[in-house]
Amino acid sequence: MTSRTLALLAPGDRAVVRGILAEKEFAMRLMELGLTPGTEVALIRRAPFGDPLELAVRGSHFSIRRSEAERIHVDAL
Amino acid sequence: MSMPSERVAIVGSPNSGKSSLFNRLTGLRQKVANYPGVTVEKKVGSCRLPSGKHVDIVDLPGTYSLAPRSPDEAIVRDVLDGHCAPEERADLVVAVVDATNLERQLYLALQILATGRPAVLVLNLIDAAQAQGIAIDVPAMERMLGVPVLAVSAKTGYGVDRLRAALDARAAVNGNGNGNGNGNGHVEGHANGYVNGHGNGNGHRLTLEQALDPALGYASVEAIIKAAVRRVPGRQAPRAGLDRILTHKVLGPIILVLFMGAVFQSIYAWASPFMDLIASGFAALAGAAQATLPAGPIRSLLVDGVLAGAGTVASFIPQLAILFFFIALMEDTGYMARAAFIMDRVMGAVGLPGRAFLPLLSSFACAIPGIMATRTIENRNDRLTTIMIAPLMTCSARLPVYALLIGAFIPDRFVLGILNLRGLTLLSLYLFGILSALAVAAVLKRTVLRGPKPLYVMELPHYRMPSLRSIAMTIRNRCLLFLQKAGTVIVAVSLVLWFLASYPVSKPGTPPSEALRHSFAGQLGRAIEPVIRPLGFDWKMGVGLISSVAAREVMISTMATVYSLDGSGDPSMSLKQTLPKVRNDRTGALAYTPLVAVSLMVFFALACQCMSTVAVARRETNSWRWPLFMLLFMNAIAWAASFMVFQGGRLLGWG
Repeated sequence: MTSRTLALLAPGDRAVVRGILAEKEFAMRLMELGLTPGTEVALIRRAPFGDPLELAVRGSHFSIRRSEAERIHVDAL
Repeated sequence: MSMPSERVAIVGSPNSGKSSLFNRLTGLRQKVANYPGVTVEKKVGSCRLPSGKHVDIVDLPGTYSLAPRSPDEAIVRDVLDGHCAPEERADLVVAVVDATNLERQLYLALQILATGRPAVLVLNLIDAAQAQGIAIDVPAMERMLGVPVLAVSAKTGYGVDRLRAALDARAAVNGNGNGNGNGNGHVEGHANGYVNGHGNGNGHRLTLEQALDPALGYASVEAIIKAAVRRVPGRQAPRAGLDRILTHKVLGPIILVLFMGAVFQSIYAWASPFMDLIASGFAALAGAAQATLPAGPIRSLLVDGVLAGAGTVASFIPQLAILFFFIALMEDTGYMARAAFIMDRVMGAVGLPGRAFLPLLSSFACAIPGIMATRTIENRNDRLTTIMIAPLMTCSARLPVYALLIGAFIPDRFVLGILNLRGLTLLSLYLFGILSALAVAAVLKRTVLRGPKPLYVMELPHYRMPSLRSIAMTIRNRCLLFLQKAGTVIVAVSLVLWFLASYPVSKPGTPPSEALRHSFAGQLGRAIEPVIRPLGFDWKMGVGLISSVAAREVMISTMATVYSLDGSGDPSMSLKQTLPKVRNDRTGALAYTPLVAVSLMVFFALACQCMSTVAVARRETNSWRWPLFMLLFMNAIAWAASFMVFQGGRLLGWG
């Protein structure tokens, strides 16, 4: 198992959230969307111009900017 | 008034189908208003229950959590825990979740139930869930949550009657049971075996504090789903295939550009037959008034004041209706989120979200629909920035003025062999508007609209078939709001402009140009001459600028009056020949040179002249602060830019 940030996943990769390295407010927001530690997340695709990224979490899909994804640490599956 | 009706609040995440449920329950008995002091909208309607009793239904803003961080969320939280005006308080809460997206949406639902308000849970989009092979054990969910759970499809109407009956039952309980505000009103009278969370340790009934903790909240949701939801494997939401095309690296942007082209084309061109129809309708009314009323101040007030103002207001309706058709279509199908996904990188370069793209594009036709379209932008600062820069996009009302001045003063010749100088000038004006808007956005985002960097997380919902019913409702609500809120301001300003141009009344037989000269508008034009002289303008242009407050293209007919044209034929054709010969009253030199024309066009590109824009900005920001700020900064930069063009040009010897 290798640890890295979500921004480094390739489309199609799956990973498990380890933690969010950010101020509390920001981390809370992401966790409210379901990105709690231990949750499985998949990178679906990058937007046509490279940013943002599309994630699948808990059965729904999100777009998240790369700068935001860099704060989310994951263990690749 | 009789006893106030009970209030039922609909609460749910964005994309839970909350608004279609609201539309289904209230039909046409609904209206949109604002919460005091904030830009958040309040939708209230009335619903008749099977018992014959009516309840008020409030559609609260969509939210992902009850932790109050944005104004939207604060309102939802206040209504639920009673920290609001007594008349806003919800007697009963309908928590709506999208049954195809249960895991994420139940998280909010648990928080709602944890507030202890009497509640029912609606599993909306149940038909879509069944189609995707999601089977929900409703009685099991009721047992775990301790509130009535109803499977509903707001789109088809399935289950809505049972929801009405459930509202009836709950309302009756509240009525006798005094279930208000003590935090467990729903215990009384509910026969469904209410499970008390702290008793059995299941943890499905959380305290609000626990429910607001994501780890605990989602753990609880997972337990409920494990017990009450089964999935038939192999069936999927209709997303993967469509997304592969619509957000494809190459095809995605191409499809988006084509679609946006169609939207733009339709508000720019397809609306014009309807606008012409409205214009001729008002012309006929004015004609009828001319024919039946005796000449005099009353007729003048009615024709040139009231009807002119009402005509301006009505002329926006076709553009608004068409734009909101497309916006509702994009929102309902889920394509809006994909468009924002594609454009986010591009708009992000100036600090705006992808959703700012459509309002800004629409503003090339007209800033009114553009500003109204900004409500798809969630973040307040981003939305205000977009509203502030939308009027800098070159709208269609500037075009006749540009066409006149370019035709009269820019030589029809080619530069570099292939580029027509006139076309190049027009293109430069468009680019100038765009670049100014981007610069203003960058400055605003670093100064007055600086704020904590918002999280640009955006849900990409499942694709759905649009509901014509709710699209029609959106168009109706938007147009009504515009007529009521912005329309009244526009008519009022028209009356002021009419008064300025008509008083004091000149002696009968005075030529119109003389009458205008002596009117308040003429005096005002002369009063502002010292301010606009450094830009190369004389007082007659000042009168034109004042009249362009009604609408920019009104400048042309005013100029025709100022320069004593006989009014026959096309004013812009004869003006084109007249303007180059007009002399300045004071100096006797030619009033217009190509440099003055360029200075005037630069002024038009940047100035906030349009009263309708100010009125709609007031309506959309729910205050006079932002529209006044817009008026000030746009006119300040317009003055500065024209000053630099005119004085710089003279220094270079072009004047």
